[in-house]
Amino acid sequence: MKSEKKTIAGISRRNLLASAAAVAALPVLPSMPYITRAAAQDTGPIKIGFPVPLTGPFATEAQDQVRAAQLAVKEFNDAGGANGRQCELLVRDDKLNPGEAATRTLELIEKDNAHFICGTLSAAVQLSVNNVTKARGVIYVSISQSDKISEASDASPVTFHEAVNPHLMSSAVARYAVGKFGKKAVCLVSDYAYGHENLRGFQRAGQPLGLEILADLRHPLGQTDYSTFLPRIAALKPEILFLANFGADLVNSVKQATDFGLKDRMKIVCPTLLYTSRIAGGDEAFEGIAGAAPFYWGIEDKIPSAKTFNDKFKAAYGGRYPSDYGAMGYSGIRQILDAVKIAKTTETKAVAAAIRALKYDYYKGPQYYRACDQQSVQSVFVLESKTKNKRNQYDVFDVVVTEAPDEKRLRTCEELGHKT
Amino acid sequence: MSMLASEPVKVAEESVFRRVLLLIARHRMLSVTVLLLVFPLFMPYTSLAINILVLGLYAVGFNLMFGYAGALSFGHAAFLGMGAYGCGIAFVKFGIPWLPSIGIGVLVATALAFVMGYLAIRTRGIYFAMVTLALSQLVYYTVFQARTWTGGDDGLRGVNLAKINLVGFEFNFLNPTVRYYVIGAFVLFALWLLSRILESPFGAVLEGLRENEARARACGYDVSRARLIAFTLSGMFCGLAGALYALHLSIVPIETLHYTMSGLAVMMAILGGMGTFFGPFVGAATILLIEDLVSLWTVHWQLFVGAIFIVFVLFFPKGIWGSLLERLRL
Amino acid sequence: MDLLLTQLATGLALGSIYVIVGLGLSLIFGMLHVVNFAHGAFFMVGGYVGVFVFAKTGNFWFSLVAVPLVVGVIGMAVERVLIRPLYGRNIDDPLLLTFGLSYIFVEVIRITFGLEGIPFGTPRELRGAVDIGVGFIPLYRIFLVALTAAILIALWLFLEKTSYGLIVRAGARDPEIVRVLGIDISRVWLFVFGLGTGIAGLAGFLSAPIQSVNPDMGVPVLAEAFVVTVVGGMGSLVGSVVAGLLVGVVVSITSLFAPDMARVSIFILMAVVLLVRPQGLFGRKGAMG
Repeated sequence: MKSEKKTIAGISRRNLLASAAAVAALPVLPSMPYITRAAAQDTGPIKIGFPVPLTGPFATEAQDQVRAAQLAVKEFNDAGGANGRQCELLVRDDKLNPGEAATRTLELIEKDNAHFICGTLSAAVQLSVNNVTKARGVIYVSISQSDKISEASDASPVTFHEAVNPHLMSSAVARYAVGKFGKKAVCLVSDYAYGHENLRGFQRAGQPLGLEILADLRHPLGQTDYSTFLPRIAALKPEILFLANFGADLVNSVKQATDFGLKDRMKIVCPTLLYTSRIAGGDEAFEGIAGAAPFYWGIEDKIPSAKTFNDKFKAAYGGRYPSDYGAMGYSGIRQILDAVKIAKTTETKAVAAAIRALKYDYYKGPQYYRACDQQSVQSVFVLESKTKNKRNQYDVFDVVVTEAPDEKRLRTCEELGHKT
Repeated sequence: MSMLASEPVKVAEESVFRRVLLLIARHRMLSVTVLLLVFPLFMPYTSLAINILVLGLYAVGFNLMFGYAGALSFGHAAFLGMGAYGCGIAFVKFGIPWLPSIGIGVLVATALAFVMGYLAIRTRGIYFAMVTLALSQLVYYTVFQARTWTGGDDGLRGVNLAKINLVGFEFNFLNPTVRYYVIGAFVLFALWLLSRILESPFGAVLEGLRENEARARACGYDVSRARLIAFTLSGMFCGLAGALYALHLSIVPIETLHYTMSGLAVMMAILGGMGTFFGPFVGAATILLIEDLVSLWTVHWQLFVGAIFIVFVLFFPKGIWGSLLERLRL
Repeated sequence: MDLLLTQLATGLALGSIYVIVGLGLSLIFGMLHVVNFAHGAFFMVGGYVGVFVFAKTGNFWFSLVAVPLVVGVIGMAVERVLIRPLYGRNIDDPLLLTFGLSYIFVEVIRITFGLEGIPFGTPRELRGAVDIGVGFIPLYRIFLVALTAAILIALWLFLEKTSYGLIVRAGARDPEIVRVLGIDISRVWLFVFGLGTGIAGLAGFLSAPIQSVNPDMGVPVLAEAFVVTVVGGMGSLVGSVVAGLLVGVVVSITSLFAPDMARVSIFILMAVVLLVRPQGLFGRKGAMG
């Protein structure tokens, strides 16, 4: 036994030493792409990294983000690119996990030499991606909601927030609902950043209108059964029920509120009335629900750029209508590529300056970036869910309010901690 | 004819392979060092290699309790997470340099492991798993609510370590290669420490405990104390993994504390081979690599991960590394 | 006060869902000593099977019978092909296998039925809310409580009063003796696994009118089912019932006083119970080491 061990070890140690020597110099190699990064900037394809949650609860929206982003890339490439350079979209699955998203972003920057990052669909995930891009000076266009990302602690000269944010959406809902349906409200709030930010926005916009919040009930993120909250809400007898939750949580709480008979006694509103949630939740559950949205294809009646975008999207994807989050993906990619054309380079500073100066109208009316926090100033729509008089099965909302872009509706630069 | 000719060659090849593997198993530290040096070469990208290092260490730490002391915990995410938050908060909120910050992360995780171990140690089997799960959920909840310190569900951001000073030289920590070798050095040190622990009399006590608790007790060992020490040490290694994770990703996501992270440690250890020194590392590399590669070409990557688990349980019950070792001994 | 009573009632209704969810897991563990990590996946498959059958037939009651049968058969196939080779091995093996299996189930459902889930309304005959004196509770929730009671009685009658139930109980206590008596114990186990997964599937379909169905719906259920079975004592059916109702009431009352703690409250309950009684409320000492 002992002698066997000795010979095995003896022979192999020699082999091992030889191979160890051979590879000793190799670890230097992986660092090469990183070192040559700067040099690779202005030749070859324009690479945009696109991390989105292709798996997990928002997979449906994420697929639409990819579709819309690919549409923007295809348009750019078909039109000849910039200086003959074509665009390459590098789609990655962030699995709706900030750790995974950070790793994928590192991969995109360190290995794939992506020039720009665009994407994500969650506050936490976008903040994580932003943290990575900010430290490395890489342009990031975020297409997902967050109030936090505009605050001085997280903002960066190379981060652009293309998406709407909770403050904008919830305040639009408050302006629409408070007074019209009553002034007494109960808020059912998903207990995480999205819920808190929306509650704050609703409260602040509602106060001048006489809003009285009877209670704000926090439920854990991902709650499936709301039966333990609903009797209490009924007992409080509000005129408005504000549901500050997202995706499946919204669908489930709306559905169960219907079953508990709350709809007959109060108006239910929500800050983000998603097209995909509406389709997934069905007519019956969503009947009578109002909420805000960054986009809905039905705005095409009044906004020409929406009509153009819808038609292109439908032509590319077999008649399918684009969703709200998808549309933001289109805009995010298109503005990067337009900026590259203007700057005539993929160099970060020049492209960032070009994006900052953009006055664009890609899908929802005019937009531009506010200087202090680089938040896109844009229109917001308030929608009422409809079940009758539908033009087709995708016609699920009436657009009741169009709020034009206005910096005054955002939180002030001072409040966000930016120096003026 | 050709078959006859090829036969001896194959045997020779096999025996070289066998010898190399045996060598790795027997000379742990030498092989780990060599492996760590060349590992990034075989990986699609360096940041993934770092993830494997860090989560591999996490699985190894978990395995000290699971594979060696024989107790299944579903709460180890708490130690990974508190290591990460401890280090991250010290670094971001108190401006403490990175090296002592790592130490603080490890300390926090170790202290937490001691407390959790103290409470949970008298339960056994699946109940031990559930108590640890419940306690780690309390930690998750507390951190989730303590937004001012932890960032809540937005995660702790700003653990940005750009430059580090080592032995008089300045290194760019944003460079993946630098990051890999710095973190690798810590992992190497941790593995060396673990190797020493397992070879010590205490390691023997642990194995005795796993094989036959009643006999260990009869031999006069304080079983509860040994388990508590193992649990605390296990938490310490996981805490180090967490601290390194925070510096690598420059954020601490709340998901680090989620019970799916505890589940990941279990899966990595079992898949790689519980109770073996390298098994959890092999498990971590396998899972992370497959997830990474398969998710590049299909969104249905879970199908593959699931199928691999099933195949390994059915045909390689000792895990990848455990089965390899067993084959060699035949 | 009325509110507290309503809350108690919703808690019991919620608890009855926890009971059915925990029951199947406990049954399989108690008899087979298999920790079934695919329990949530069977729950989810049950939801989809039910919604699918309902879409084809339009009959809720028929779907209600079909779901446990279909899911039970799937469960039996899983037991026969995948779990059976693992008997006598370490308890971790079935755990890892069923974990992998749950991934496969979720992915197969995603590929077949799409990512976004399917809306499912409360069946027409069970709509509306009922005044229980202190407040309104949806009729469907009351139906759930009644159905749970019926399932429990049927299960109890089967286990205690039939000869096959006797064999099942004996097999749980000492498989060797049963084998010596000339009974094919593997067929008993096959049946029990089918029964446990069938109940899980039924629970999935029953929750469809509450939360519709989607591929990830089984994930939180798995954790809840484990809490219920562990608090009650692994393998104890009475324990599952008591613990399920207890968990429901605790969640409901916490929602009233500290709503943001509703989720964590079940883990606090579990920690407290296990620290005081390490084998759970009704667990036998020494089970699982």
